[in-house]
Amino acid sequence: MRLSYPTNIRIVKVPCTGRVAIIHLMKAIEKGADGVFVAGCLEGDCHYQAGNLRAKKRVVHVQEILKSIGIEPERVAMYNLSAGMGPRFAEIAREMTEKIRQLGPTPIKLQGVRKEMAA
Amino acid sequence: MIMAKPKPIEEIIRYIENLDKVLIAGCNGCVAVCEAGGLKEVEVLASALRMYFLQKGKKVEVDEVSLTRQCDKEYLEEIKDRIGNYSGVVSLACGAGVQFMAEMYDEKPIFPGVNTSFIGVTEDQGKWSERCQACGECVLAETGGICPIARCSKRMLNGPCGGSEKGKCELSVVFNKDVPCGWHLIYERLKKLGQLERFAQPAAEKDWTVSRDGGPREIIREDVRP
Repeated sequence: MRLSYPTNIRIVKVPCTGRVAIIHLMKAIEKGADGVFVAGCLEGDCHYQAGNLRAKKRVVHVQEILKSIGIEPERVAMYNLSAGMGPRFAEIAREMTEKIRQLGPTPIKLQGVRKEMAA
Repeated sequence: MIMAKPKPIEEIIRYIENLDKVLIAGCNGCVAVCEAGGLKEVEVLASALRMYFLQKGKKVEVDEVSLTRQCDKEYLEEIKDRIGNYSGVVSLACGAGVQFMAEMYDEKPIFPGVNTSFIGVTEDQGKWSERCQACGECVLAETGGICPIARCSKRMLNGPCGGSEKGKCELSVVFNKDVPCGWHLIYERLKKLGQLERFAQPAAEKDWTVSRDGGPREIIREDVRP
């Protein structure tokens, strides 16, 4: 399809979004990512039954932690799409990048850490 | 097991914001099982605190460790060599662990990172509930294995009281939550066991001096002492 999406996104592959733990999202932000989005399968379509639903709860939990330490919770988000929805992925990537651009860089600045977005 | 709930991050920040180097010390015992104070929770809390201080431009170093247990000296001793580097410790152990650490390292401020809640069980993933009040004189043999001290809101030895309705404690209405009547549970269980005659005799008086009424308790067993 040769779809284009913003180049500042770094994709971290996991077998299922159920593998994404709270600490993974926290570390991404702590290490300098301006935002992180979790791209899980469509709700009800999890190959492992409930992985994406667990990820959704964890994302909400991380948002609460970020709020309590004064960081915009919107920097972490959960999206649901299937493997066949390439154009939607590109659209989400653009949408998230735009949202993070509006928020600006995170106040977390660590020397020697590049600011990236992880998916 | 001893169950605990994480304290709000804002409260922990208040304890340590004026320190320069802090150790977050988890406990891999009971509080790890109820997902309040094990290694995973240490990592998440430490990460959140580091981010908070970084963005506030405060120089507070936050390190992590998680001990096998904090209620035993040999495990607390594991941080003997490094605790001198810190100006304070946030312990994610239960109240006993926090205090034992404070006793061992009496020159260091030790802060609690969790609210210790009760002795209970894991009913389901993410659902923990109280079963024991450590009253010091177990009556479970007479009550069908259901504790009237922990499960009855009034800790009655001869229940139920007049407040229960349809098997629910009157607190269910007051606090708008589902509290089963402990004595209703005991009745149903004794009925199943064919031991309803238990209700014909009032329970013998209970020695509350072995509970909290007798002050802080200790167990000394000469047979296992060194």
